[in-house]
Amino acid sequence: MAQAIRMALHYGEENMGVTDIFGQDVGPPLGGVFTCTQGLKTTWNTPLDERGIIGAAMGLALAGQKPVAEIQFCDYIFNTIDLLKLAGNNNWATNGQFPLNMTVMTPVGAGIHGSIYHSHSFDAWASRLPGWKIVIPSNPRDAYGLLLAAIEDPNPVLFMHPKALLRIKGEELIPGEPSDEKDLKERIDAPLGDARKGWKPNWPALEFAPTPIGKAKIVREGTGATVVTYARHVHLAKKVADKLSAEGVGEVEVIDLRTIYPYDWAAVSASVKKTGRVLFLNEDTEITNFGEHLLRRTIEEHYYQLRARPRVLAGAHVPGIGLAPPLEEASVPQENDIERELREMLSELT
Amino acid sequence: MESVMPVKETRIPAQPFKDKGFCLSYHKHMVRARILEERLIKMMRSGDGYFWIGGPGEEAFSVALGLQTRKGEGPAYDYLHLHYRSNSVVLTMGAPMIDFVRQMKNTVNDPFSGGRNFVSHIGKRDWNIMPVTSTIETQYAVAPGTAMAQRRNRLNKKDFGVTVVVGGDAGTAEGDFASSLIWASRPDFELPMLLIVTNNKFGISTPAETQHGEKYIADRARAFGIPAQVVDGNNPEKVWSALETAFDTIRSTGKPYFLELMVSRLNGHSSSSGALRVNGELCCIETFEKKLLKSQWITEEELEAIRAEAYAEAQAAHEQVKNEVYPEGHTFQDHTFAGGVRGGIPGRDF
Repeated sequence: MAQAIRMALHYGEENMGVTDIFGQDVGPPLGGVFTCTQGLKTTWNTPLDERGIIGAAMGLALAGQKPVAEIQFCDYIFNTIDLLKLAGNNNWATNGQFPLNMTVMTPVGAGIHGSIYHSHSFDAWASRLPGWKIVIPSNPRDAYGLLLAAIEDPNPVLFMHPKALLRIKGEELIPGEPSDEKDLKERIDAPLGDARKGWKPNWPALEFAPTPIGKAKIVREGTGATVVTYARHVHLAKKVADKLSAEGVGEVEVIDLRTIYPYDWAAVSASVKKTGRVLFLNEDTEITNFGEHLLRRTIEEHYYQLRARPRVLAGAHVPGIGLAPPLEEASVPQENDIERELREMLSELT
Repeated sequence: MESVMPVKETRIPAQPFKDKGFCLSYHKHMVRARILEERLIKMMRSGDGYFWIGGPGEEAFSVALGLQTRKGEGPAYDYLHLHYRSNSVVLTMGAPMIDFVRQMKNTVNDPFSGGRNFVSHIGKRDWNIMPVTSTIETQYAVAPGTAMAQRRNRLNKKDFGVTVVVGGDAGTAEGDFASSLIWASRPDFELPMLLIVTNNKFGISTPAETQHGEKYIADRARAFGIPAQVVDGNNPEKVWSALETAFDTIRSTGKPYFLELMVSRLNGHSSSSGALRVNGELCCIETFEKKLLKSQWITEEELEAIRAEAYAEAQAAHEQVKNEVYPEGHTFQDHTFAGGVRGGIPGRDF
């Protein structure tokens, strides 16, 4: 996925007018702590100042530039919250005078033993930023497509990439991506050590292939129950669904929401009407969780179509994710938690 | 209704304050600005507005900034990141009084916010006036972004558009002030920024000397190698000269400059403290008028006529706006996004 993000940014600066890609350690020599910004033309390093980074992105966008800013980990975005609010209300507060064409990228979520300050989620917080569009890919193809869509969108877009998925290989190739993984690596991964000096990437011929913002994807069809999720929990939900199918317990539909706002209610609604059973699954903390909003809409709009009580399975309401594996596993939903919820739901009599 | 004294009519001679015509024009701008603020306060008291905040006491500086600013849209012109005491800057630049009166009354044709924001929260894209916010000091975090665009997009190597950022003394305690100094002075990437602090020695009710140990705020800029002056902001001649030096330096070098202007706050913080005239604060207009009278460039009768003319202009604007309407409720989501998405709940509101 890190390569997909890099390729989208490359496409953006070559073909879509991206003027600045910046953040802490985003530029040479590192190219980002996850290598997402290696080898690009318009990258530069900033002071260690998250408010300065968001502020600069707003100013650049106000002046008609097309910035992509990175907050190194979403764990460090919290001190920018009022600037994010302002970026979201600039156009509205000026009656349409100042749209901000800016993208902010930030890695989110647990799953890499990142301890207290490298494991936060931000999806519920982000959903409370009117004026922003919020996207979160679960695979490299969507990371590429959603980032292109974010760059193209005239509004502020928050692109949250799950850090636990940054090293995964996708099933679907990006248009223009070499099919040989090794070939791509040799082309665009910076060498280590002295060989990096003077190195330039040999980019593949990429295509404009955005993933529409606001469009969910059914990654596994089913009629017995629905799981609405995103990011790394798409993979966990699909794995559990396959297991339950193999056991003959039921066929679970898995929806990858891909966009937190404006979310694809039509897709969720259609699936809930079909299955009558729904689990909203994510790893953000569970009190005022984004899944709770979707649960509210489900109850308000589909109460009489439900065949089992709808549920939210989310991260525990704890101050942070503990480093020791048992602590992390107890804090964010695991396969066994998903399996338990789905088995219960599928076994409820109607 | 057009301005009595559009900016284009203010001729700027080589030695402006030795020129009678210029001084009289300058004075007229100050009087119009003051009478506008008095009208806005009157509107608040008579129920034609919910809240007042503004800049009585900052006219000597604001008129100078309005006259020296390079007005236009885009990076070749000056960007103004103002605060909520800056009406007189924009009035001097040529905005008609009725624009401010409409924002006070939150009418549908308020050109700055369409009835959405408090008075003195100006946003005017065609003059590069960036949205004024109620959040203190955030403009200092945003301003480096427009200055970066100006550094990149200057018309020629000898001339920079300038990003001007204005805030009060109390706000310098916010981290965004420090961010601005750091981002403006990055080695080999200095920005064409004019950072201005209007020091009225108060933060709402809290005297600055009870919270700030530094002798001059300007010393903080000097620590970053930014040239800085502390200036009597109530003296038109001194503040004019300081601004001229600052603009000339920035336009030719592309590097930042800092001004700390000692000003008065004649009507307290806002309507929250009654907006009553505060005893003991020096009035820059009265002082300037004494000088004009002593020079025999104007008579008491002529001064009274200027006040009467400005009063009539403000009165006419108020009378006209009394019959204008609020925005309709159903437009409350308009401009949440640019480009078609209305805002609200997907599948319910759009």
